[in-house]
Amino acid sequence: MSIAQETAALDDAYRISVGGQFYMPGAVLAERGPASKRVISAYGFWIFLLSDIVMFSAFFAAYAVLSGETAGGPSGKDLFNLTSVALQTTFLLLSSFACGVASIGARARKDFMYYGAMTATALLGAAFLLLELRDFTGMIAQGAGPGRSAFLSSFFALVGCHGLHVTLGLLWLLTMMAQVFAKGYRADIMRRVLCFALFWHTLDIIWVGIFTVVYLMGVAV
Amino acid sequence: MSDTEIGLHPNDRDIAPGDERAAGREIAQSIVGYLIGLGLAMLLTAVAFFVSGTSLVWEPSIPIALMVLAIAQMGVHLVFFLHITTGAESYNNVLALAFGVLIVFLLIVGSLWIMTHLNHNMMPMERIMQMQH
Repeated sequence: MSIAQETAALDDAYRISVGGQFYMPGAVLAERGPASKRVISAYGFWIFLLSDIVMFSAFFAAYAVLSGETAGGPSGKDLFNLTSVALQTTFLLLSSFACGVASIGARARKDFMYYGAMTATALLGAAFLLLELRDFTGMIAQGAGPGRSAFLSSFFALVGCHGLHVTLGLLWLLTMMAQVFAKGYRADIMRRVLCFALFWHTLDIIWVGIFTVVYLMGVAV
Repeated sequence: MSDTEIGLHPNDRDIAPGDERAAGREIAQSIVGYLIGLGLAMLLTAVAFFVSGTSLVWEPSIPIALMVLAIAQMGVHLVFFLHITTGAESYNNVLALAFGVLIVFLLIVGSLWIMTHLNHNMMPMERIMQMQH
């Protein structure tokens, strides 16, 4: 083992370096080279995303417990508009795909691909939010606001929390376009683009849970 | 602008696999990967929406079918969009994911389990109302 590898192993007290720069199939974990900053940043951000998913699961649990407690008010069957939900799902899924294309564009240093796909991601995300807001205001106008029943409180908490994440994601998206514009495809900026893409894809995973548990099951049951 | 290219920033002298600039064939391959993911996700979504509104399937099985479809779609998103795969690079990510799934499972199933038992043991609402008068 060379001196460089030895110090790398010593630096890596937390054994993050699995399959790093110098992949040696025969070597024990600690003897492999250090992982790149890209891998480590993505790992750290993935831990944050998992904690976000755990927070959402608490909202899901609350919704699952309270979904039947309508207090004589409207149930999901009376309120949900599945056409709008199908459109929202399509917009968010296409937005996730566009975000993937944008990260490829950034890796290939193709301006048109990066900015074009990021713009598509933003527009599709905004279309999703507009539809969701239209549904929310429609429900509140019917007197089915978050104060009506425990079911509606948990509904607005869960779906609203996801919508809030999408809103913040949109702001982050715009700053990522500005950062690449101002500073170019620098390695640290590229890591931020990667983290943003992970965030955006995770929001889509949470939406899969929402449209299944809240909307489809709410209408079917 | 050449000094702002990858690897030349003072904090970033290490170029690792995946950090270097993607070129022709790699771009095409990556896009195909995302397209496969998009196709699978679209298919699973369409089936889920179809199953929820159909009378072709035995009705009590619908929630279970929907759950299975949702979990399958989450898997598709993880593999094709988030690239949480079996590769050596994402070994730690998979371990963290497994722990996250455990916590999510405990939270949701535990809450449902406890709350149905509490509901079961609670005095019916009408009797509580009667006792107050």
